[in-house]
Amino acid sequence: MAKKKAVLEVKGLRVAVAGNEILKGVDLAISDGEVHAIMGPNGSGKSTLAQVLAGHPAYTVLAGTATYEGKDLLVLKPEERARAGVFLAFQYPVEIRGITNSYFLRSALNALRRERGEAELDPIDFLQFLEQKLKAIGWDDSMMNRPVNEGFSGGEKKRNEILQLAVLEPRLAILDETDSGLDIDALKTVAETVNKLRAPNRSFLIVTHYQRLLNYITPDVVHVLADGRIVRSGGPELAHELEAKGYDWLRDAAMVS
Amino acid sequence: MAHVEQLVGSYRAWASNGASGAPDWLKDLREGGIARFHDLGFPNMKQEAWRFTSVAPIAEGSFELAKPPARVPTLDEIRPFLLLEAGLRLVFVDGFFQRSLSTPLFDDVQSLAHVVAHRPDLLRQHLGKYVVTQDRPFSALNTAFVSDGAFVHVPAKAAIPEPIQLLFLASGNTPAVTHPRNLIVVERETRASIVETYAALGDHGYWTNAVTEIVAGEGARLDYHRVQRESDRAYHVATTQSHQGRDSTLNLHFVAFGGKLARHDISSVMAGPGGTLVLNGLYLLAGQQHADHHTTIDHAADHCESHEYFNGVLDGKSRGVFTGRIIVRPGAQKTDSKQTNNNLLLSSDAHADSQPQLEIYADDVKCTHGSTVGPLDPRALFYLRSRGVGEDEARRLLTYGFAIEILGRMEVAPLRAQLDAIVRGRLAEQ
Repeated sequence: MAKKKAVLEVKGLRVAVAGNEILKGVDLAISDGEVHAIMGPNGSGKSTLAQVLAGHPAYTVLAGTATYEGKDLLVLKPEERARAGVFLAFQYPVEIRGITNSYFLRSALNALRRERGEAELDPIDFLQFLEQKLKAIGWDDSMMNRPVNEGFSGGEKKRNEILQLAVLEPRLAILDETDSGLDIDALKTVAETVNKLRAPNRSFLIVTHYQRLLNYITPDVVHVLADGRIVRSGGPELAHELEAKGYDWLRDAAMVS
Repeated sequence: MAHVEQLVGSYRAWASNGASGAPDWLKDLREGGIARFHDLGFPNMKQEAWRFTSVAPIAEGSFELAKPPARVPTLDEIRPFLLLEAGLRLVFVDGFFQRSLSTPLFDDVQSLAHVVAHRPDLLRQHLGKYVVTQDRPFSALNTAFVSDGAFVHVPAKAAIPEPIQLLFLASGNTPAVTHPRNLIVVERETRASIVETYAALGDHGYWTNAVTEIVAGEGARLDYHRVQRESDRAYHVATTQSHQGRDSTLNLHFVAFGGKLARHDISSVMAGPGGTLVLNGLYLLAGQQHADHHTTIDHAADHCESHEYFNGVLDGKSRGVFTGRIIVRPGAQKTDSKQTNNNLLLSSDAHADSQPQLEIYADDVKCTHGSTVGPLDPRALFYLRSRGVGEDEARRLLTYGFAIEILGRMEVAPLRAQLDAIVRGRLAEQ
């Protein structure tokens, strides 16, 4: 079998925020179509990794590289990364006052289509396109005429992130604790949608604190991040081991290493 | 104070000459107004209600009482300000009613001057009965010069489906003052929609000192929209006074785009139980513009709800002032009052002052208020960029959202479209 192409390759990545080094040398390679999970205790740097890959301006890269489709990801602006196919589902989705969900989604989709040299969708075409995506997450279009995330419950905000994922069809989807704050039904819906979106040309990096989500989305690789480093990688069984043993033993392991 | 004397002098000349044919009751109303203005003089910044706004440019300026326009503009010239072909329209130029630019009217929707002559009893019953002049020199001055403006009367149980447009245009080149005076009376169980617009045909300086009184009877519903798009060199002072009866609904919308200096006092009295009031406002300022909105909601009866939303978008060296006073009278139990004022600063030289003032004298009420002043939320900016929207477009989109949040509450689609185009145009300039 031919070796699969790496979509994302992170090497020796060190990242600081407000002068504090959070990531202390992360190595990671995700191939086409793979689902990787990053687990770890609070403060281990999971969300930092997700945000820095999406280009959040608050983070400073101290050293290391991140190569996406063979190109330097870290020199790109956030919007350039998005247009190249990188998507971050936010841990804390932001409310956008006045802008309706459908207007927002269409603006985002058209920004991507322009990049790909495709014709922009007008509101009517877009609504048709949207209809099937909405069905997937169990929504009707009533959520589409409300301002983005405004007055949404925690679960609705997370579903909205997954809807955006479904609409924007990225090549690399990073899910930053999409499962936290979800009840079991919402969690299942989110997981089902993600599973439907799994494709040979789409990879996932799923950041989670809990093993729960991985009961529904089976990852190819599980990484454990502790104190800014990946201290262990393994198959799906690693997630179960973490669930059973907790994170404390890892912290000790990180200190020794 | 020289200018106070000058204005009083110009009143005397006008009252004994052009305005001498008025009925006695109107003359008395005017005399009361000028006496009050003479007593009060112009406000100064030592007064609480004028803490952030200096009217020195007006007080020290020289403004003649506007004369009828030398040339009446054509319909084509005023078309950019028109709302739609259908519906009633009253057009005033430099304060003077223009029959040729207005639609055919009927007795209940007329110029005030016409009503003075033809239906004085209805006018006399309401005119000047609601607006407060005790501590409001500009309202007093307007009352002194009451001569024309719009009169809208919706008889009980009537509905006027199309919005009525009241258009006040400034055409002259001399620094003149107009005192438009409008009276809107919607009787019980009526339904109507009004759009009142102030605009300029040029970019000259002048002073508008307008007063609108709104009276809503039992179970009436009125959607009222006021659009201020004066020239950038104009001074705009205005009072909107509403008085609403039992179970009535007033949706009052305010948009301020223009003026070098604008001050708008909006006072609403909820006089009967079960009333609903919405004050929905947007000010979009740039350059050296200064706009001050001073709102008062007086919950004088029980079981009323008021919702107040004002958003400010401030660029350049502009300044926005918002005061939101809410009074809940003793006995106004079950009042539900919500107020928000959000200010977006697009430049480090822009400035906003926001002050809620709650005076609650009843114990079983719900009153909330919140205000914000700040630049675009960097989290929101990153959120949009992470979805592929470029930085400049993301800024425009967030700013637009701030404005559209207010415009979206207006139900008159052609007005929304007109304002939307203005907002988009202004954002494209940035």
